[in-house]
Amino acid sequence: MDYPGGRVLLSSQREGQSTHYSLRVLILVPLAAILFQVYVPQFFDFLHFLELPMLVVVYFALMRRSQMGGLFLGALVGIAQDSLTTKPLGMYGIVKTLVGYFAASVSVRFDVEHNLIRGMLCFFFYLFHQCLYWVMERALLGHQPPFEMQSWLVQGGLNALVGLALFHFLDKLRSST
Amino acid sequence: MESFLNRYRNITVLFLVIFGQLLLLAVQVKSDRNVPVIRVWTVTAITPFARVLEAVRGGGVGFFRNYIFLHNADAENRRLRDEVNRLKMDNIFLRDQLNTADRAHALALFQQTTQSKTLAAIVIASGAGVNSKVDFVDRGSGSGVERGMAVVTPDGIVGKVVAVYPTASQIELMTDADFAAGVISQKNGVRGTFKGQGSPMGLVDYVSNSEKVEVGERFYTSGDDRIFPRGFPVGVVKSVHPGAPFQQVLVAPSGFEHGLDEVLIVVEGVHREIPPVQTANQPVYIASPPPDADAVRSEAAAQAGAAPTEADKLRAVYEAAGEAQGHVYGQGYKPPDLLKLPAPGSAPAPAAAGGAKAAPAAPSPAAATASPPTVPPAAGHSPGPSTAPAAGPAAAGAGAPAQKAAPNPRLANQAAGAQSGTSGH
Repeated sequence: MDYPGGRVLLSSQREGQSTHYSLRVLILVPLAAILFQVYVPQFFDFLHFLELPMLVVVYFALMRRSQMGGLFLGALVGIAQDSLTTKPLGMYGIVKTLVGYFAASVSVRFDVEHNLIRGMLCFFFYLFHQCLYWVMERALLGHQPPFEMQSWLVQGGLNALVGLALFHFLDKLRSST
Repeated sequence: MESFLNRYRNITVLFLVIFGQLLLLAVQVKSDRNVPVIRVWTVTAITPFARVLEAVRGGGVGFFRNYIFLHNADAENRRLRDEVNRLKMDNIFLRDQLNTADRAHALALFQQTTQSKTLAAIVIASGAGVNSKVDFVDRGSGSGVERGMAVVTPDGIVGKVVAVYPTASQIELMTDADFAAGVISQKNGVRGTFKGQGSPMGLVDYVSNSEKVEVGERFYTSGDDRIFPRGFPVGVVKSVHPGAPFQQVLVAPSGFEHGLDEVLIVVEGVHREIPPVQTANQPVYIASPPPDADAVRSEAAAQAGAAPTEADKLRAVYEAAGEAQGHVYGQGYKPPDLLKLPAPGSAPAPAAAGGAKAAPAAPSPAAATASPPTVPPAAGHSPGPSTAPAAGPAAAGAGAPAQKAAPNPRLANQAAGAQSGTSGH
């Protein structure tokens, strides 16, 4: 979807049109992202920095422009991700719920088809995801995780690059309406 | 409301979802003390409100209980008052029981020690008349009670028997207006007649103005009326006023001092001596010295089996030196030559120096044990302290007769009187 003049910000919410996806896509893509997250890094350790479930949530929240859809998708993906970790259920759930909600909220103001916007949002939401998780881990679990902002910045950039490629792939899965 | 929900629906749902996941976290996560966080949160969230509610409730209940629901306090006060009254009654009952036991004990003791033959009786009723001071006791003719017998207590006389029935007797109290008894004052021996006046005080009549009666003085029965034996307490003088033709001597009866529940009916009266006045500086009786002090002393020493002291030995040495030099101590101006003392072994024994009348120095243990004074129990009513010094030296003399050491005619008379009184039983 192209906008006249190549603008980043939308003049009104009416300019932003929600993108529809089939139910299969909405179920299988997150599942695939979760499977990749738990399976692939076992063979490729350097891929641990990838946060594909978060990128999927951000993508669908941005593209569907629905806060409700974004937060529920983030909650479901996050709880599913939690269930595959040793951490208590809800840690990723809360974080991804907020990510989905805010991503959907941002999508009504930005041109989410723009690659720069997509890259920046992926970078920003990765930092937000990591920082919020760090805070919750300290506050709710009483743990003392290291605050690795430099690593997060680097990883955020890498996730943004991966996110751009992923978003291009997911754009192919839109429903034709 | 509907528009409000539609406007903030998303954020509301967001908060609900976040809250639900927080709850999910709280259920799983445990605190450092292995307590689920949700429980910690719940307790932390609930307890302040619970504390506030409890403070409000406690304050309210306390307010209502202490200021509003006063009927409970009043009922409790009534209950406590009733309990206090019941305890007071129990206390009075127990005190009465104790007093009764004390009076019975005193009565029994008095009955044992008095020389008169008495019969214990219990007051079972009082006279019906308002002005009549009479009582009924549970002893009658069946117990040997006769009309005219005296009724006493350990504190003094209380009346006389005026009517005898088979199982009871009527006693005219000494406060009755018809009562009269011969009395004598303790200090000056003033005689008179005690008359009841229908009041707590009695009057000693027929005491001339020239006779001296002091306030606080005690009156005793004189025995002249042939009803009350001599020597029983009657009362204490409370006031003395000169009158015409006789003094107005008011006496407070002493027989009622400890109540009148039990009395003694004097079946056979024995006269007693009027006890002497107890003064603050009571003269001490000093017995007359024995006829031969040295003999008594040496005899006592010999009988006690005590060895002569160093002073006795030294005295014997000096006496031997004086005899050897023809010196009599206390006479002449030239003292004996004490440088020419005889050898200690040649000096006579101290006991022998005291007199050759010394008894064998091996008395029997029975003799060493001082025999008790032969003063009869009747002497206990006479001034006891005066008899102790009299018997003391005699007792110290280890077996010497008391009459020998205490030739006091008054004690002898008392002893004789007591023995005759005892035999009178």
